[in-house]
Amino acid sequence: MVKKEKGISFNLISRRKLNDLSSSEKLKYILKEVRQGRILVLEHGLTPTEQTALIENTMKEIDHDTFIGIEMGGYEEEKTSFFQRVFGVIKKPRMTVIGPAHLLKMVHKDHDKIETTIISGKGVS
Amino acid sequence: MGIFSRFKRGKFSHIIQKIFGKKHAKIGIYGPPNVGKTTLANRILREWTGDIMGSVSDIPHETRRAKWKTNIKIDNGGSSLVMDLVDTPGIATKIDYKEFMNTYGLNKEESRMRAKEATEGVIESIRWLEDIDGVVLVMDSTKDPFTQVNVTIIGNLEARDLPILIAANKIDADEASPATLKSAFPQHPVVPISALTGYNTEDLYNNMVKHFGKKRIKKRR
Repeated sequence: MVKKEKGISFNLISRRKLNDLSSSEKLKYILKEVRQGRILVLEHGLTPTEQTALIENTMKEIDHDTFIGIEMGGYEEEKTSFFQRVFGVIKKPRMTVIGPAHLLKMVHKDHDKIETTIISGKGVS
Repeated sequence: MGIFSRFKRGKFSHIIQKIFGKKHAKIGIYGPPNVGKTTLANRILREWTGDIMGSVSDIPHETRRAKWKTNIKIDNGGSSLVMDLVDTPGIATKIDYKEFMNTYGLNKEESRMRAKEATEGVIESIRWLEDIDGVVLVMDSTKDPFTQVNVTIIGNLEARDLPILIAANKIDADEASPATLKSAFPQHPVVPISALTGYNTEDLYNNMVKHFGKKRIKKRR
């Protein structure tokens, strides 16, 4: 049996994996992973509606001794042109990082860079 | 007062507003905790009705239940807007009761209670998004504007095609930088204000009448 190293788990989740899930499945999956102490980088981020729902679900899950919430940072959605909007092309969410708030801290964010710090010594075993 | 300006103030603006504008709107005051939402709500109410919305505090999550007042009429001289104003609890992605103890000196029981009520307040704020016609998004102009809460609220309202007016608050503080807010969200009007001192609130009211009075079709999700 391979003994697991103590550390912080960082998972990069593909666009395909997320596209295969419905919105509610996606949120359930993200929150379950984050509650287990994993930091996720989503290749294809969440829509604003999904982000809002994730915040709402997070609030319901907060347990003040073991889970204080999430840290989340993503780039704004790509803008669509007038013609794309006319033909119903929706904005595409972009890369997003999500992790438990006791492990991941957002330091700075702008249009081109998301800077985070990982709080060491609190990894999963 | 000349005939033209009297006409403009009276019938003409009324006709224009009837054709193109909304006379009664439900406006939500949104933002992260401690940016001055209730201070702004109190300022608006005090100036237009003589009333207040609620208590303010330096401790985050002072407002933990949404509060509202109906039929507040504001005008900018030429046209007016009657609104129901909703002061919402601050939206956050995390709430740690230990912060209330360690930073603000509350005892453990008070802190845990405040944190629990704050989580319920965030949920209530999010649910109110379904029921409003426009948002005054209050941001602290002394802080980094690219918080996920700001980005999420803006994205959510843009998806519904609802009007957003950004109030760059705390402009009276030395380190305030409203220009950073303007460059961060160039697609929306940004009005630098101090809800505390009342600085530039006239400009905010003008923008509210102009911006929230426009006729829009609300998208439901």
